[in-house]
Amino acid sequence: MKEILAAIWSYRHFIVSSIRNDLRSRFARSKLGALWMVLQPLAQVAIYALVLSRIMAAKLPGIDNRYAYVIYLMAGMIAWSLFAEVVTRSLTVFVDSGNLMKKMAFPRVCLPIIIGGSSLVNNLLLLATAIGVFLLIGHPPTLAMLWLPLLIGINLAFGLGLGLILGVLNVFVRDVAQVMTVVLQLLFWLTPVVYMPSIVPERLRVILEFNPMLHMVVAFQNVMLYGRAPGFNGLIVMTVASAVLLLLALFLFRRAAPEMVDVL
Amino acid sequence: MNEPLLAVRGLGKAFREYRSEWQRFAGWFGFKVSTKSESWVLRDISFNVANGESIGIVGQNGAGKSTLLKLITGTLKGTTGSVTVNGRIAAILELGMGFSPDLSGRENVYHSAGLMGFSRQAIDGVIDEIEAFAEIGGYFDEPARMYSTGMQMRVAFSVATAFRPEILIVDEALSVGDAYFQHKCFKRIREFREQGTSLLIVSHDAGAVQSLCDRAILLDSGRLLRDGDPATVMDLYNALIAERENNTVVIKQHASGREQTASGTGEARVESIALLNDRGEPVEFVDVGQPVTLHIRVGVHADIPRLVLGYMIKDRLGQPVFGINTHYTNQAIENATAGSVLQFDAVFPMNVGPGTYSVSTALVSTETHLVNNFEWLDLALVFSVSNLTRTPFTGVAWMPPTIEVSKV
Repeated sequence: MKEILAAIWSYRHFIVSSIRNDLRSRFARSKLGALWMVLQPLAQVAIYALVLSRIMAAKLPGIDNRYAYVIYLMAGMIAWSLFAEVVTRSLTVFVDSGNLMKKMAFPRVCLPIIIGGSSLVNNLLLLATAIGVFLLIGHPPTLAMLWLPLLIGINLAFGLGLGLILGVLNVFVRDVAQVMTVVLQLLFWLTPVVYMPSIVPERLRVILEFNPMLHMVVAFQNVMLYGRAPGFNGLIVMTVASAVLLLLALFLFRRAAPEMVDVL
Repeated sequence: MNEPLLAVRGLGKAFREYRSEWQRFAGWFGFKVSTKSESWVLRDISFNVANGESIGIVGQNGAGKSTLLKLITGTLKGTTGSVTVNGRIAAILELGMGFSPDLSGRENVYHSAGLMGFSRQAIDGVIDEIEAFAEIGGYFDEPARMYSTGMQMRVAFSVATAFRPEILIVDEALSVGDAYFQHKCFKRIREFREQGTSLLIVSHDAGAVQSLCDRAILLDSGRLLRDGDPATVMDLYNALIAERENNTVVIKQHASGREQTASGTGEARVESIALLNDRGEPVEFVDVGQPVTLHIRVGVHADIPRLVLGYMIKDRLGQPVFGINTHYTNQAIENATAGSVLQFDAVFPMNVGPGTYSVSTALVSTETHLVNNFEWLDLALVFSVSNLTRTPFTGVAWMPPTIEVSKV
């Protein structure tokens, strides 16, 4: 553990410059550049809002803002997009950087950290835009938003833990990435991002409870829409889940690292 | 304090295959699993490199050279044994790894130096030097996608050698673009060496190994066959190649990358061809001026009234350097009978400049192959000449002069 931290520290310049390059090269030579980072999720929110607002708006009692559903959507999207981006990219990070890993000796642990960092920057931009939108539609931020750094931190840890485990396995069994693209889609619809848990029939809701992302998304919605503290139980579930996943990921990563380059 | 710079102990590398990947995963959690197959590409390698010592690593393709270097640089982990390094290793094997086409040369320098573990501040101190060494002018601030391969190599080499490492791994055949820059690179490598950097040089070139290295290591089929002074090791390597060549003459020719052309009616054929040193052993690497024997064995498959053997030595571009035949030397064979085998030994000193050369043979009836062409064989034999013992010189011919200098 100590040596991993030391390696990260000594390669901090590489990590920072990789994150910068990553963000830059993703939008190099596009007219709108970094704007795309927020435009894409915003467009998605707009589509869902357009299609579903009539049906869903009535299900949000207690908020007297006619854009309540948009706020609800955005809160969920911010939580989901960080998780999804981190998992999707961690899944293939070792396979994608195979060439680099085969030819250069550097602490491999930098790779997931770069992903975490660049996804985090992405997410913060999205969050800033969302708050801007909230101001426009008359939903000023409340003190409850102070929970956000903690929530984002747990969300990131959860995504990294899961992504790293799957990413390591994917090096040896490439089906993992294929399966996961489908599973992630399914998981998206099992998470109340575009709908409210209340519309789900009682007996099915039990199944939803097993989805850790539900607690994450609900926490974001509590904080951003309702302006109240996230539920204590959900927070505990997510923290424990993230810690367990991250530890397992680190363990797997340490065991697998010497063999990874052999099969890349 | 007498720790060697690099200590390799009992190093081995096996690539393991499992019956199922689940078994591999189970193995990480401490379960006992059996592997389906293990292929050892390196076994029981031990050697030391002292401070400032330069070592050549030689061996045929597949002998394990690259694997050994990867284990030393740390991109691969050994299955057995250990590698201990007391200093920084830089490798100029894969230049330009991690270059991003959308970043400028300058930004790529910062990025790839970061990949080697250097901080921004450290690079700030040498960025001007790097820019000056690369000599690509205004392109340094243009995106790397506008670079030619040569320009990218220049920048990449400049970064890789911006800081003097304790150990520098060099592939001697590495191409870094044009001849001018190539020379500049090797000048820098030599300077590093003079300042105390140890070199690990991978090479097939006997001349380079003998002139640059204090010691050489010969790998064969993943084992360390010999660790000793360059001359002895290269001799052994030569012998090893010769041994293999006798078995697989035809394949070897095509491996040289050039196509072998054979033509003719086939009444007579070259059965074997070899370049022998003065001890009668086949050699592939020859010193300038070394006495050699071109040994050609010809099988006659039909009665031929008159048989002439000709051979031509060509340089790597295919330009004739020297050609002669037994018609000119008045040694044509009259009435060769079917089934006989003829042996030709051409003894001469190898008075050509360093480089690679090929030998073409012709079996004909007169001085040209236009009348009767029994067999014409291009690239019948390929050999290299290096200048190990003579005064340095340039050019394709060795014409040792006696130079008298006097004031008039």
